[in-house]
Formats: sequence, structure tokens, C-alpha cells
Amino acid sequence: MYIDWQAFRLTLELAVVVSAILFTAGLPLAYWIAFSRWRWKFLVEAMISLPIVLPPTVLGFYVLVALGSRSPLGRWWQSLTGHTLAFTFTGLVIGSILYSLPFAVQPFAAAFSSVDRKLIAASATLGASPWGTFVRVIVPLSKAGLITGVALAFAHTTGEFGVVLMVGGNIPGVTRTASIGIYDQVQALNYAGANSMALLLLLFSFVVMALVYGLNRNGLGRRAATIVSLR
Amino acid sequence: MAAHEKNSASSPLTARIRKSFVSAERQFTLDVKFSAAPGFTILFGPSGAGKTTILDCVAGLATPDDGRITVDDRVLFEENAGGKNNNRGENREPVRKNVPVAKRGVGYVLQDLALFPHLSVEQNTEYGIANLPRAERKQRASAMFEEFRIAHLRRRFPGEISGGERQRVALARALVTDPCVLLLDEPLAALDAATKGKILDDLRQWNRAHRIPILYVTHSREEVLVLGDHVLVIENGRIIAQGTPHQVLRAPLQETVAQLAGFENIFDAVVESVHEDRGTMICCLLAGELENGLPLETPLVRAEVGSRLRIGIRAGDILLATGPPAGISARNVIVGRIVCLERRDMIISARVDCGVEMEVYLTLAAREALRLEVGLQVWLVIKTHSCHLMQT
Repeated sequence: MYIDWQAFRLTLELAVVVSAILFTAGLPLAYWIAFSRWRWKFLVEAMISLPIVLPPTVLGFYVLVALGSRSPLGRWWQSLTGHTLAFTFTGLVIGSILYSLPFAVQPFAAAFSSVDRKLIAASATLGASPWGTFVRVIVPLSKAGLITGVALAFAHTTGEFGVVLMVGGNIPGVTRTASIGIYDQVQALNYAGANSMALLLLLFSFVVMALVYGLNRNGLGRRAATIVSLR
Repeated sequence: MAAHEKNSASSPLTARIRKSFVSAERQFTLDVKFSAAPGFTILFGPSGAGKTTILDCVAGLATPDDGRITVDDRVLFEENAGGKNNNRGENREPVRKNVPVAKRGVGYVLQDLALFPHLSVEQNTEYGIANLPRAERKQRASAMFEEFRIAHLRRRFPGEISGGERQRVALARALVTDPCVLLLDEPLAALDAATKGKILDDLRQWNRAHRIPILYVTHSREEVLVLGDHVLVIENGRIIAQGTPHQVLRAPLQETVAQLAGFENIFDAVVESVHEDRGTMICCLLAGELENGLPLETPLVRAEVGSRLRIGIRAGDILLATGPPAGISARNVIVGRIVCLERRDMIISARVDCGVEMEVYLTLAAREALRLEVGLQVWLVIKTHSCHLMQT
């Protein structure tokens, strides 16, 4: 039985880095979405949700263009590091962050929004700063939604294919993730190898989702998870 | 024992608040000015009158369009739109000051209490004093536990305790911060009378040591009578009356107060005679069919013979008898005839024509026992002190 462990390790690395970044960046973004009263907020929300409806190839294509040496970003990166972002692990991370953004931010924002505003008001009257209220009231009461968001971002990054292929190509040890590896095996007519890798990915995804739903059996996050999984 | 004694007595809270709301359904302007001394000040009025908005403005959760709120000579909010002349006649720049909610030091028990569901009773109580050293924090929280009798609940969560207990925790949580004002928004509405009474006793006890102004919002007449040092009657964004509960709810006042307090029977009347020796007077109800009017003995108020006033009588305060009653203390016995019997939920509303038409509330059982029917002759019994006098 052939399993491309290198591809699995790379996938795991990518998923960990991406979910860590999405957790850090997603919290303030979700806070803003949940509490801002800006009238054009819906446009930002729509933009964040785009990856849910867009074919990964479309997203991957534009990320590739943006990272390439003809775009300002690509040129700036090249002048800084001497090589382009496309077909690198960093490029993969950037593409994956954009691709998995809604899967983290939406459950976060849904959880934040469902915290009773009266609790937030009560916290303020008791002398807590907005940051204090966030840490002591909003986050603990959103725990289920936060777990859901991180797990979904992790799982979604693990399973992505189109964006990775567009942005990263298929370089063993650099950009070849498990899903690309499976594709590779099929191309090579090695169905047994494809099957063992696919089975492993299937099991892994099931475990992650089972964890999410298991942890959220009674929590708010279940609603968030449902919202996302219905899209 | 109080955790923290104040050396100086607090000065009163003063507030001048103007705030407009425009929505699709209605336009509403809150425009009030009042001061509250240490002790209870009741904000009484129907829902939608603006009572909660007043509390929100004092707490800083809502921002007035214009006004000034001070406690202990500390300005919490000031907005003087347009740079109007101040009292010295100088022209000043527009004044703006809006102390953030967290820095106001105002204790606020919201209508549904807003206890943190993920924190234990102890953690809830210590929420507002988390920055204190552990020893002092524990000591102050313990004092509140004793004071509000919730020490045995400290490890429990809000979802695991009763409504009355939750109320006590909410009070302890607000008061442990040693606020300069306490705001209570219909805090006891959902509790039974006995529980309510005990909690209020504990709150009074606490305030004897601390002497801070307590703004207490309610729409219950009973709570006003039980609590009131001072009552502000608020309707449609305005203070329409203020004083002691008796002044506001029992003495001559605008008719709006009477309707608000739930008088089903309101009559125009003329003072016929005044009996200071008895502490009563006789008023004649004016009605079309009666030449001389229907005399009623009422409590004595400052009114001249011949002056007009209005009398309010609650339908639930009138007794109904099917025979002429004898040997009773009530001064007013009026004979009449039932013209209408109507069931409303669990009570019977009887309309009795005795020259004027009066509405009387009865229980279902009373209707059965007395075999009441339309056309039956009945005697209405009204105590002197059930007649509430109002200005016309």
C-alpha cells in the first residue's frame, strides 16, 4: 500500500498554519461584523463569503495572478525575497486563508452576535472595558462557535484542491498536498494508492466533523456549524 | 455588615434628559428633569412611557440628545446643544461630556437581570471588582453574600437557582462595586409578594448604611405604595406628576394619573359639604338623569364647597349585595339595578345603574352564589377611602 506521507505532513502543516492565522485574524474581523453598525457592512460580509460560492479555480486563478511577478504584490515580494510567491508554501497559505476565511469568520460572527446584548451592557455597567467584556463574556459564551470555526477552517483547508493546484501546482514536499497526491495517483492509474490516501482523508475529515458536532451538542456553535454546512 | 462604608452622605442625582426617537410607527420624545435624593425614587408609568430609557441614559447605555446628568456633583453627561447662554449670560462653546458606561460607577440591574450564565454566583458577584486584590475581593463579596443571604449559592450557576435568588445575586453584583446610584428596572415584577418583600427589606437595610439614590422603575401600583419615598409619574416621555405615593395616587391630580392607576369608574362631582371633624366630605356625582346628583362620602381634601372635582373608584373596590346591608362600616350604600353582566377572563364585570352607571368586578363564584342577573336590584357598598379625588 502506497501512502504519500510527505503529502499528508504538508497538508497538516498547511492546515495548522492556516487555522492559526484564521483564528487570530478572524476574531477581530468577526467582532467587527457582529457589532459594527456601518451601513455598508453587508458588502464586506458578501466579499468574505465569496469563496463559498466561487469555483476554487476562479479564486485560485486570481490569487495566482495577484502573487505573480506582474502584480504589485508579487513584485514587492520578489524585491523583498528574490523569488515569487506562486508555487511556494507561503503562496499556498495565502490562497488557503482566503479560501477558508468564511468557514472561520461566519461561525465566529454568528456566535458573537448571539451573545445577549444585555450581558454586554451589564458588563459595561460593572466597569469592564470593551476588551474586558470581550475576554470575560463574549469569548466564553462563544466558545462553541469558535471551536466550530477553527475546526471547519482546519478541515476545509485539509480538503482543498482547486486553489492549491492553481496557486501551488504539484511540487513534492513544497506544494503537493494530500488531495493533489490523490489526483496524482489517479492520473498514474494507481487506484490502490489513491484509495488508501482517499480513505485516510475521509476518516480524518469524519473525525474532525464528529469532534465539532460532539463538542457542540448543546452549544450555540451547533447553529453556527449548521449555518455553514448548509451553504 | 457593609463591606465599604461611605464617610460622606451622597448628594442627590440630578438629571435633565431630552431624547427623541423616530421610528416608522411613532415619534417619541423623552423630556424629563428631576433630582433624586438618597433612598428610593420610583419611576412609575405604563410601558413605553420612557422609564427604561431614563435609566439607560443615567447608566450611559443611551445618549440623550440634550441634557445634563450629575451624581455627587460629578458630571456624568452634559450636552448643551448650540452653545446657548449659560446662567451667567455668557456665550459659551457647546459643552460636551459623556463619561463612558464603565467609568460611571452606576449600578444597574437590568429588567431580565443579565446574570452571566457561564459564571457561578460567586464569579458573577465578583465580576465588577475583579481588579481588586484577591483578599479584599473575597471579603467584599462575602459581605454581599451575607447581606443578600446567598452565601449557600456561591458555587451554583444562574441557571440553577430560583428567580428570587437570581434577583438577589443581581443586586449583590451591582452593589458590591459600591455604586454612586442604583438603577432597578422592574426588578421584582416576576416575583411573588412574599419574596419581593424580603428582598426589598434587605435592599433597604443595605441602603441605610450606604445612602445612595435608587431609581426604581415599575408599572405596578402596589410597588409604588409599598416602596415610595418619592414617586415620579411618567407618561409619554414626560413627568406628569411627582410626590409621595399618596400625593400622586390618592390626592387631587391630573386625570391621566387616575386612568393610569386603573380606575374603571371616573365621575365628575361637586363638593356639597365639608366635615373636617369627621375627616370626610360629601360630594355629589353629576349625572344627566339625576337632579341633585348622587351623594358620596369621600376623604377630605383641600377643596371648597361647590368646587368641582373628579372621583375615581376601582371596580374591584366596590362590594355588591343583593339585600340592603346593615351594620357595616362603609359609609356609602347605593341602590341600583344590574344592566349588564359580562365575563372577562376570570372575573365578572357588572354594570349597575344607580343614577350613574358603575362598573363592579366580581368573582365567578360570587355571581353563582348571588344568582346575579340583569335587572336584579342590588346594593353597592363603597368605602370612603375607596373614593379617589382628582382635579378636573
